[in-house]
Amino acid sequence: MTTDVDGLRAASQRVRLRDLQMVSSAGMGHIGGEFSVTDILVTLYLGVMALDGPEPDRLVLSKGHAAAALYAVLAEAGLLSEDDLTTFVQADSALNGHPARTKVEAVEASTGPLGHGLPIAVGMAMAARLDGSSRRVFVVTGDGEMQEGSNWEALMIAAHHGLDRLVLIIDRNGLQQGAAVADTSDLEPLDDKLRAFGWAVAEVDGHDVEQLQDILSAIPLVPGRPTAVIARTHKGHPVSFMSDDAGWHHRVPTPEQVDAARAEVLAT
Amino acid sequence: MSALHDCRDAFSRTLIELADHDERIVAVVNDSVGSSKLGDFSKRFPDRLINVGIAEQAMVGVAAGLAAGGRIPFVSAASCFLTARAMEQIKVDVAYSDHHVVLCGQSPGVAYGELGPTHHSPEDLAWLRTIPGLTVVVPADPAETAAAVRWAAAHDGPVFLRISRMGVPDVHAPNVTFTPGVATELHPGDDVAIIALGTTVAPSLEAARDLADEGIGARVLSIGTLSPIDRQAVVNAARQTRGIVTVEEAYRSGLGGAVAEIVTEEHPVPVRRIGLDGFAPTGSTHWLFKRSGIDPATIADVARHLVEEG
Ligand SMILES: Cc1ncc(C[n+]2csc(CCOP(=O)(O)OP(=O)(O)O)c2C)c(N)n1
Ligand SMILES: [Mg+2]
Repeated sequence: MTTDVDGLRAASQRVRLRDLQMVSSAGMGHIGGEFSVTDILVTLYLGVMALDGPEPDRLVLSKGHAAAALYAVLAEAGLLSEDDLTTFVQADSALNGHPARTKVEAVEASTGPLGHGLPIAVGMAMAARLDGSSRRVFVVTGDGEMQEGSNWEALMIAAHHGLDRLVLIIDRNGLQQGAAVADTSDLEPLDDKLRAFGWAVAEVDGHDVEQLQDILSAIPLVPGRPTAVIARTHKGHPVSFMSDDAGWHHRVPTPEQVDAARAEVLAT
Repeated sequence: MSALHDCRDAFSRTLIELADHDERIVAVVNDSVGSSKLGDFSKRFPDRLINVGIAEQAMVGVAAGLAAGGRIPFVSAASCFLTARAMEQIKVDVAYSDHHVVLCGQSPGVAYGELGPTHHSPEDLAWLRTIPGLTVVVPADPAETAAAVRWAAAHDGPVFLRISRMGVPDVHAPNVTFTPGVATELHPGDDVAIIALGTTVAPSLEAARDLADEGIGARVLSIGTLSPIDRQAVVNAARQTRGIVTVEEAYRSGLGGAVAEIVTEEHPVPVRRIGLDGFAPTGSTHWLFKRSGIDPATIADVARHLVEEG
């Protein structure tokens, strides 16, 4: 089952509204990076990935701090219930502040410390190849996260092994926890670096579900090479007072801000 | 009980005071300016705040290089990432190389509560106490944190400071000095000894006061330095009381393991170890403390049983 572009847009809106509710009632979360990655996760789960059948695709959310967005998307995909979502970070809940594969069946990898997801995804893609399976493995990282050396080790390994069913999507919102990526330890020229490491590279507007769906459905972009998609996003999108502000990395909105944000999400 | 303090405030205030007078002092962070409370430091000394980005292994290696170049680096990062991610750099680049690097493990233990086991560092004490030459310090309140930061800046060797975020009351005198390897007796008693460090000192003291009301004398030792530990204070506690309770916001192979090793070798008496166990379920810091028995009532219970058994 794949959802069309209008359906994806509507789902993104519902996910952001639910995320707002989860973060405000829990009093914690990472709303900036959740809102920047929402359209990517929605497109993957509802518009690209095979979730069942003989060879389901796999997704690793390496930027595990965006757990609330992942949980809300899993609920959209029918892999978690609405009731589950109300337990987010409550005592003994399966919905931990960072996703745990031992607690939620649909979570493919336990993440939270940055720089773990890509190596794990490389191993998953290798296992699929050994099985003779054509399943795809998607992994989503933050851009600040790409400062971790483990990612660059994994990039080399994946290219060396020609893992062309592996897709890395970088949530390129330009901000990390405390500042801009460019002001901390710059990644640019990111596309050239990835190409030099042997990957096929595409750039898209990471809030345009149509572009995302088109590119992510066209894997591999170059046979024999893993694919990296640089998704240009905005932290906190589409809420004007959150957008592109590192201060919203893990700030919790006040009830008034929740109302204002809800109105802006609904108007988008 | 008095007001609760976040020890990161004493850490950052003291570091600025020291840096004002010693140009060699630099801070090295992993996108952790805010979580280390180093915003003021970075404004005051923009050139001496080195933010390597999200790259902990390189962060510790860079610090070793800065030390080799005559600087005194204070590496400040969440303890979970600093220790779990960069352990080989801590072992080789800092400890084996005998560099004057001060590793500051922020928000350790289960300070990050609901963020889950990936963000907890219950292992750090057990891991670090095995590294030769690394002085491992766990201050219990702001005064001891400030004193330990001052000592670490002056001590020409590798140091790890475990700096708590969870609120703690004052347990030491405001002008306390820090002497490595020397435990502080904060409550007298010869029936049972409670040995604690960091965030567990205050609940241990409260337990001792409750036990005193019942006529049980519980000696409370704030251990301060986990490695090298005050061996004599532990041996004295074993000789002079009926048993020892250890309490830590860590796996019990940290302080509990260290005390049990000494007691078994020097003067076997019953030891009961209170601390964290296993990967924590989702929950707040306070809930996880309670669940692990790190609260005055449970500490007093365990101590009372030891006295009754003995
Ligand atoms: C190894 C590690 N170091 C530090 C952190 C703390 N941390 C959590 S999120 C974050 C910033 C991440 O920035 P980015 O990857 O750009 O994510 P996004 O902007 O999408 O939120 C940091 C430093 C961590 N989770 N893991
Ligand atoms: Mg980012």
